[in-house]
Amino acid sequence: MIPSAFTYKRAGSAEEAVDLATEYGEDAKYLAGGHSLLPLMKLRLAAPEMIIDLSGLRELSHITDQGSYIAIGALTRHHDVQHSDLLGRDLPLLAHAAGQVGDPQIRHRGTIGGSVAHADPASDLPAVLLALDATLVARGADGSREIPIGEFFQGLFETSLEPGELLTEIRVPKPAPGARGWSFQKFTQRAIDWAIVGVAVQGGQVSLVNMGGTPLRAAAVEAALTEGAPPADAAAHAADGTNAASDIRASREYREHLARVLTARALTEAAARSPGS
Amino acid sequence: MKVDLTVNGKEITADVEDRMLLVHFIRDVADLTATNVGCDTTSCGACTVLLDGESVKSCTMLAAQAAGHEITTVEGLAVDGVMHPVQRAFHEQHGLQCGFCTPGMVMAIVSLLRENPHPTEEQVRTGLEGNLCRCTGYHNIVRAALAAAEEGAA
Repeated sequence: MIPSAFTYKRAGSAEEAVDLATEYGEDAKYLAGGHSLLPLMKLRLAAPEMIIDLSGLRELSHITDQGSYIAIGALTRHHDVQHSDLLGRDLPLLAHAAGQVGDPQIRHRGTIGGSVAHADPASDLPAVLLALDATLVARGADGSREIPIGEFFQGLFETSLEPGELLTEIRVPKPAPGARGWSFQKFTQRAIDWAIVGVAVQGGQVSLVNMGGTPLRAAAVEAALTEGAPPADAAAHAADGTNAASDIRASREYREHLARVLTARALTEAAARSPGS
Repeated sequence: MKVDLTVNGKEITADVEDRMLLVHFIRDVADLTATNVGCDTTSCGACTVLLDGESVKSCTMLAAQAAGHEITTVEGLAVDGVMHPVQRAFHEQHGLQCGFCTPGMVMAIVSLLRENPHPTEEQVRTGLEGNLCRCTGYHNIVRAALAAAEEGAA
């Protein structure tokens, strides 16, 4: 399968990338690792006229300790997130989940920023970063701004990024001492490991993969936990307020069942990993 | 556009369409046809090659993205006609049946052993999750990977 014709440009700096995107408007798309965009282009579900390759922007590939949070450059690959000693120590949920994305070849190319900006509700990392209360940094023609992740996902493949804005960094707060238990559970289509449903837990924060048009916080589960409900009782609320699709892999009812079962497993595992348990 | 990249140690410059996929550059421009197009959807791994020493699926990459980088295909593994230890292990352990997935499997294992020179059987199996064998010949492929590791293939 061959994408429809486009013009390829490799940006030399973030500034140049944003300038190009601003100039070409809706006809342009940023290309990071290409593991979300290129498959869509090969299927002709996307047909941008201008591709702006970001791979030359080395300054957007980094993982740095900023004290209360860890800053991750948007072009950091899943492979590097998975194997980061810093993330393994301070944000093991994120390092572990990055290692569950696709397969080694995909993790050698795919980037954390690309996954988030693509906003596929079946992707793992958007939901994981939602459970972690990350802040996203976007650069546009008029400078940079911060976007709380809870305001970022607007719908299926839709985000609050303005046309031409470039996601540059993801800032993830370190969990508080009482909230260090974590778990990531997903039930997958075996080939290439897409989640049918997934659950991320960090302390009392719970989010869901593929239970609606966007990644979702499981608010009813979190409320039950706050009131002191045991994991099994809290997990019974996992499908409350969700809007899962029915498709060839699973019916809505089956997804709701999976959400409850996986949430119970995740809460149990997170509790077992909690310091002092 | 003009694309300049290195394949198996040889620099190749070619004028290609911006939309050309890396796998088509390898097969049609570099004329190296061991790398197969299988599913063409990033699932099967038949098109796996090394990009700067790491496994990637060349059906999900533009040739333009590889410009300035080094590509290694299975044709680039043998040195002076002597098979790479992973190739020899496939031969000795009967790690192939029809052979279609083999070039991608071999390259995925070379990359895996560079990252983890002494994997457990479980680590080999999960490390090859991006490569499918429609003959279902996985047991001998895993044996070949472990034999190559034993030999110090990394």
